[in-house]
Amino acid sequence: MDEEATRDFNERCAQCSEVNWGLTDGGRFYCRSCHNVTERTREVVNTDFISNTRVQTISKVLRKQEKTDGGCEWYVCEGFQLVLKKQAEALETLGVCPQMKDEILCNFWRCYLQKSKQAYCNRPAGETVKALSVCDSSTDVDSEPETPSLLHMLSVSESEGDLQTDCSFASSTSKVSESTSLCSGSVDGSLYLMKNQKEKLRMTMPMTLSFCYMALLWLREPMTLSDLLRFVVEGHIPYLNVFQHFPEKMKLCGLDLKIFCVESWPAYEEVYNKMLELAAFLDLPRFPDITDSCFLHPDMLCIKYLMEANLPDELHNWTCRVVKKICIGEADFLTLVPGNKSTRKVKYDVLAAAVIVVVLKLLFLLDDHYEWLLSEFAEERNKNNKEGGPYFEFKKWYKVIKCSLDVEQKKLDEERAKYLWRCEKPLFYSAKKKSKVLKRRRMVVNLQNQFGKLSGSVQPAEKPNPSSFQLSWYEENTDGSCFHGHSLKGILQEKCGLLTAMNPDYWLCTVKLCTEKLCGHLAHYREVDFPQSYHFVLRLFSFLLRIQPSYIHDEVCVIEHKLFNKKLCKKPKYKTSLRK
Amino acid sequence: MDSLLEEEEEAAAVVLKSPAAQAGSALLPALHLPFLPPHLYRPASSHEHKLNFKKSKEVCLNYIQDAMLQKQWKRAAEFLTFYIESLEKDFSTAYMGPSEMIWRIGTEILCHHSHSSMKQFNSFIEQMKTLGVKRYLKVCLEHAFHLLCNGLIDEAYQNLSLAESWRFGEQTTIQDKEMKLIQAYRGLLDYYSWSKQKNILLEHGQNGFEDLSVEQEMHSCFRKAAVNLKEIIKIPGVWDLFVKCYVDLLEFYGDHNEACQVLNEYAYNSKFPANPNAHVYLYQFLKRHGESKKSLISALKILHDIVPSHELMIDFNTMLQKSKKRKKRQLGLEVIFAALDYAGWKENVKAWSCLARQVKQIVISEKHLDWIKQEWNSRKDWWPAFHFSRYLAKRNWQENESLSYEKALVAGILLGKDCKYFKYVSHQGCKAQVKRFRILKKFVNKHNPAYLRISGLSDSSVQP
Repeated sequence: MDEEATRDFNERCAQCSEVNWGLTDGGRFYCRSCHNVTERTREVVNTDFISNTRVQTISKVLRKQEKTDGGCEWYVCEGFQLVLKKQAEALETLGVCPQMKDEILCNFWRCYLQKSKQAYCNRPAGETVKALSVCDSSTDVDSEPETPSLLHMLSVSESEGDLQTDCSFASSTSKVSESTSLCSGSVDGSLYLMKNQKEKLRMTMPMTLSFCYMALLWLREPMTLSDLLRFVVEGHIPYLNVFQHFPEKMKLCGLDLKIFCVESWPAYEEVYNKMLELAAFLDLPRFPDITDSCFLHPDMLCIKYLMEANLPDELHNWTCRVVKKICIGEADFLTLVPGNKSTRKVKYDVLAAAVIVVVLKLLFLLDDHYEWLLSEFAEERNKNNKEGGPYFEFKKWYKVIKCSLDVEQKKLDEERAKYLWRCEKPLFYSAKKKSKVLKRRRMVVNLQNQFGKLSGSVQPAEKPNPSSFQLSWYEENTDGSCFHGHSLKGILQEKCGLLTAMNPDYWLCTVKLCTEKLCGHLAHYREVDFPQSYHFVLRLFSFLLRIQPSYIHDEVCVIEHKLFNKKLCKKPKYKTSLRK
Repeated sequence: MDSLLEEEEEAAAVVLKSPAAQAGSALLPALHLPFLPPHLYRPASSHEHKLNFKKSKEVCLNYIQDAMLQKQWKRAAEFLTFYIESLEKDFSTAYMGPSEMIWRIGTEILCHHSHSSMKQFNSFIEQMKTLGVKRYLKVCLEHAFHLLCNGLIDEAYQNLSLAESWRFGEQTTIQDKEMKLIQAYRGLLDYYSWSKQKNILLEHGQNGFEDLSVEQEMHSCFRKAAVNLKEIIKIPGVWDLFVKCYVDLLEFYGDHNEACQVLNEYAYNSKFPANPNAHVYLYQFLKRHGESKKSLISALKILHDIVPSHELMIDFNTMLQKSKKRKKRQLGLEVIFAALDYAGWKENVKAWSCLARQVKQIVISEKHLDWIKQEWNSRKDWWPAFHFSRYLAKRNWQENESLSYEKALVAGILLGKDCKYFKYVSHQGCKAQVKRFRILKKFVNKHNPAYLRISGLSDSSVQP
């Protein structure tokens, strides 16, 4: 018992320089060699505070329980720990295995704290920074206390990317914090924003999601990043205003707002890239293999997206063939190896969507001409021949999907406009502003009530149940709006006992890929340059994944280049029509 | 109050400006690069597409505006419910911040929504008043307007008095002006109760009563109104309503000099924007008080310059025609021609008869045919189609015989006896055996040479 409690306290004894600590009844450490009792105490685990991860190792001195305003001392990383805990719990209720929270995420987090020298180490980082921070604010003569405004703070996005402002901002306030101590509720809030970026990965709110995704990926849970982010936006996973779940004693103000107050939804790329960075930063080993029995394997995900896109089941055969042909189904390709810069990292959801798009292009060409031709043929056949399953009609499918996509998109757009970003517990920059902020808050609630009564619609009662599927199609429906069982016969022909596509042509989205490092993209997408059918298909998947069509387009280009690699290399003038 | 906040933000913005901007070379002027199209700044990243608070609220605002344009007040209210949140971030000094938007949109919705009440409206406005000092007076004023529109005059008066007593820090010039407006409108309401009491007194007077208290109150209303009204009309602007009321007060108490001075100032002070009504009021005042023709004419002359189509141009023309001076008579012709250039006068019998009378006079006297020629020159290529088409002849004849008579006379002289309008109308008139049309025909035939001279054909040997 003692062993465990003292394991993390490994400073040398001031009297005899031994590291051999025991615990007194009062919770203090004493030296077993010379019986010197330190002032350091072992923190009692505060159960309503943090349940399973151990904050106590962070603070070096007895937590000063009562500050003047009734709050207690707390550190920024404790705040993030709470956020992670809430998110992990939410994921657990969504059906993720309990291991995720207590073992995986918890370990990742400990590892992060250690690597970033915030805890589990000899010399916590905060102290060195503290020494440095005093000098660089000496020139700010004209900045008076309170000048760093709430407006400024909140207008800067909470993510990385504006280090310049962060640093200058923090430095101008650090001096203030000494005199007024108004600048953050947490102990290290103001220091937190000016930490050296190069060696440490600073924790941000979007990064909490990177942590979650990393844990999900480690466990190979059947949840893609786009699913995760959608659940966040739909409110099933706490993210926005998560600080309202902080215990009463953890007061947020000043710079804490900048750290914990979220003003935008996390973006796919941002969370994804941070996850890669994080995995490398933590020196994680190769992740568990993504095999063909995993949900994240393209063959699996393609089934899901084919269903959601209301496409014939038969297409799965084709996506599998493409996956096999270009070897993107192999574990070595799919499994994440942190820090390995030579391989391109896989976004499983985008990859699967892109494979489907490529298959559609292989079979239907999607040049605004050929697919309609095939559709007419299928329509003709369906009219004359009622036996057997109906042939797949692209036109019919387009109409059905377009209709429901437009409806759903409109709903989504309105939801975005109607999103409420504020919570009951308002934040204020300093105690001085508290009354003002509270007054505003009251007025907002009043006005919301007033106009809420005048609005026609009743407030939506409950948020919808979380679902992996956004669009559902059922064979049982008699209106013929489900295409899962439709056959591809009309567009295939038999050659030497093998079914091949009737379509003899293909067009490449791009002849040459760009360098991702130089321009940020592998390909460039402009809607007007491409056939409308192609854009429609991209839009469909962009809706399902909640990402920009251009991301899917990029992935399509990459797959195409793998697919046609030989032909592209061997014969530069492979086909004149490819030239743009 | 909240303005404190706003000022703090401003200060912060100044402090945060980087000093690097000033560190450039002092000798060379800075090179200002033009804007690149947004997509060229850097490769688009997901950041630009991600939904944030601001974007979400902007989209919300668009929905509100769409709903309002389609008069879907319920839907607008629904989206406004979600937009209101942006108040919590409204520390901007930008002109159209969310609070201004919410005030204006909310007002509009409450005015049109079928389930809103005056009580609701008032409570909404009271909240808006606390939202920003800079807008306080404006909100008060519009609130008063709304109350007036709903017939709540006493409430409006109270509201204005309250706003008048409001003080916050140092007044800016804009606030100063707004305060003057508030006071002026209160003055206007004082004028209103003054005139009400005046009517009571007049009624009583007829019945032989005398009511001292009413009279006293009336005088006190006068004083209150006069002070405020006098103030506002000193500031350059368009104050028709205030000027009229003030002049009415002055005239009632016999202070004609002051009234005349006010009106002259209002009409002729070059700092005031050009305002036709100023001249109209002055003219009407002068006419009421039997001032000389000369001053009346000079008032109308300016009005003619500003608004040649004004209805007083008939009076002006009549006055000028009677004048003994040639120049004035010529001006009269100019005035009536100019008035008839406007579609609004097209079927005005009075105007046409004015023109017909003067033209006839000139033709008979055979003097000053060049006046007509001069006016006609610039109009001869478009008046025939504008006034004297066959279609119009038919219609005018059917709808208004006198109009067609006057127009036919003018047409006959200006365009000759062969013109479509004259021919049609005189033919119809003769057929209907109306005497004056026969005389008209004779007159035109007789004076055909005048037409030739006007149209510049007199020297040719061509004879009809």
